[in-house]
Amino acid sequence: MEEIQTKIEFKPETLKEIDRIIKQFPEGKQKSALLRVLHLAQHEFDNWLSVDVMDYVARLLHINPIEVYEVATFYSMYNVEKVGKVVIEFCHTGPCCLVGAEKILKHIESSLNIKPGQTTEDGMFTLKAVECLGACGYGPMLQIGETFYENLTEEKVDTLLNDFRLKFN
Amino acid sequence: MGRKLLLDRINIEGIKTYDVYRKSGGYDAVEKALKKMTPDEVVEEVKKSGLRGRGGAGFPTGMKWSFIAKPEGVPRYLLCNADESEPGTFKDRYLMEHIPHLLIEGMILSSYALGCNKSFIYIRGEFMWILHILEKAIAEAYANGWLGKNIKGSGFDLDLHVTPGAGAYICGEETALIESLEGKRGNPRIKPPFPAIKGLWQSPTVVNNVETLSAVVPIITMGGDTYAGIGIGRSTGTKLISACGNISKPGVYEIELGLSVEEFLYSDEYCGGIKDGKRLKACVPGGSSVPILPHFLVTKTANGEQRLMSYESLADGGFATGSMLGSGGFIVFDEDQCVVRNTWNFTRFYHHESCGQCSPCREGTGWMEKVLHRIENGHGHMHDIDLLWDVQRKIEGNTICPLGDAAAWPVAAAIRHFREEFEWHINEPKKCLEKNYGLVKEPVLTV
Ligand SMILES: Cc1cc2nc3c(=O)[nH]c(=O)nc-3n(C[C@H](O)[C@H](O)[C@H](O)COP(=O)(O)O)c2cc1C
Ligand code: SF4
Ligand code: FES
Repeated sequence: MEEIQTKIEFKPETLKEIDRIIKQFPEGKQKSALLRVLHLAQHEFDNWLSVDVMDYVARLLHINPIEVYEVATFYSMYNVEKVGKVVIEFCHTGPCCLVGAEKILKHIESSLNIKPGQTTEDGMFTLKAVECLGACGYGPMLQIGETFYENLTEEKVDTLLNDFRLKFN
Repeated sequence: MGRKLLLDRINIEGIKTYDVYRKSGGYDAVEKALKKMTPDEVVEEVKKSGLRGRGGAGFPTGMKWSFIAKPEGVPRYLLCNADESEPGTFKDRYLMEHIPHLLIEGMILSSYALGCNKSFIYIRGEFMWILHILEKAIAEAYANGWLGKNIKGSGFDLDLHVTPGAGAYICGEETALIESLEGKRGNPRIKPPFPAIKGLWQSPTVVNNVETLSAVVPIITMGGDTYAGIGIGRSTGTKLISACGNISKPGVYEIELGLSVEEFLYSDEYCGGIKDGKRLKACVPGGSSVPILPHFLVTKTANGEQRLMSYESLADGGFATGSMLGSGGFIVFDEDQCVVRNTWNFTRFYHHESCGQCSPCREGTGWMEKVLHRIENGHGHMHDIDLLWDVQRKIEGNTICPLGDAAAWPVAAAIRHFREEFEWHINEPKKCLEKNYGLVKEPVLTV
């Protein structure tokens, strides 16, 4: 499901930020900025990394496109296919399951009528079941963007989903 | 109340900010080290303190530091491991979120000791908001002359930066972390050469955990000997324990090593006992990778002695009847939890997180996941238990990095202590879908 994104260019302030990040590494080691730049790219270009976006990042960092592809496909936070406006990353690892994560995940699945790995028909939500996010004492939990939502109950999840529906509609 | 060395100032309003941190005695240890101590003297204090790595393996920090190669004209690097992805572990996050300057201060001291002029904090990508907290604190430290060129007129230069991962447990393994920091996939390197000889960009490198580096601050403040007097035996100092699962008060606690497990688990100062008055079924005391202990081996050892929160006591009995302190991720299971289901869940985790370089790990974790899933869902056979045992044995010790062992141990320990529960799943394929097995029986000791 490749989509052509016609004009791929970071905002000027993002380019400045990337410049700052590259300077943190010694001369010639700008590839070390790759992971962070891909986070920025995903944030700026609809939550996912198309081949065009990855090629653009490769040009920016003066590395080969393949070096970007292999990183983008290795790490679980990068989406290499189109996703919804809101990406829900739900922790389904042991400690969270001890305190009821499986029940909350089922509740989200039935509220959105999708399974982990899928996107709602209206393109609003993508649900991802992910492994431990380092919040095990505060489970069940999920992450959206940079925010952790912890100690979840079904009611909290309902409110959260509604808030995001309102925000993006 | 146990003594606190890392979280003692955590309740001071505004301790996240430079001004409040500095007023509370922050950066005094750096001042002391830069003015009065040589780098070797700092290493010496850390050696004397007996501090052991808080990332999981418990290797003596001072000794690790003394291995770093010092070839002329080659830069050396200190990397802080803030990848924190071991299920059950959420302590480093707590430190960085609430008192970020402590880690920065610890990194200045440690970089000085090692002769590093450029150091990095590698933080898991999901903690992006903590990365922002750290960057803010680092900017404050630069602005106040604790980072940058010629720190406080000492002639010592240090640049410190934070850089994120992007979701991969394996990047907590130190050579995978180095690869990732170089902007690559997190594939662990074959050792030797060890990072102390060839690490980041082929230069000598030390990787230490967030809590380890933070602990260097109190060590320099009070002196290594005084630090070594806290704790018990070779388990010196304090340790952060992140407690989770079915307890009344999940959270991050700083304990003096040597506290009894019983007090930690049942007193109101710490976990507050099993939630809702249920009974204890099992405990994984050091993060998902360490062996699970059945209820009768949690608060006492096989000899009937009190079990203590220390490297030695938690390991007492070896893998037959003991476990490990590990990363301090203390996971508690009540009587309603299913050991087979949890073992399947953990194995799925390792299968998902295997980098795929070695076949025993890549294939073995997948097979264990499949077989465990089948048993958990009422389709198991008796010989599946032996098959699981066989697969985990073939992974352990046969891989490039310790993730293979970390995947094998939980399966081995679950079978060792909970075989009857596995057999029950196989013999009662319908019942096991409806209810849980309950507590395992304590074996009767024959003298
Ligand atoms: C698969 C795997 C994951 C690891 N994850 C972490 C981690 O998240 N944080 C950490 O500090 N150490 C982790 N470690 C241990 C590190 O490899 C390394 O031993 C540690 O960072 C050394 O620091 P220390 O001596 O201060 O404990 C992991 C090891 C393995 C094999
Ligand atoms: S043991 Fe597993 S994670 Fe470690 S290098 Fe081998 S395949 Fe990768
Ligand atoms: S198990 Fe869910 S955050 Fe750790």
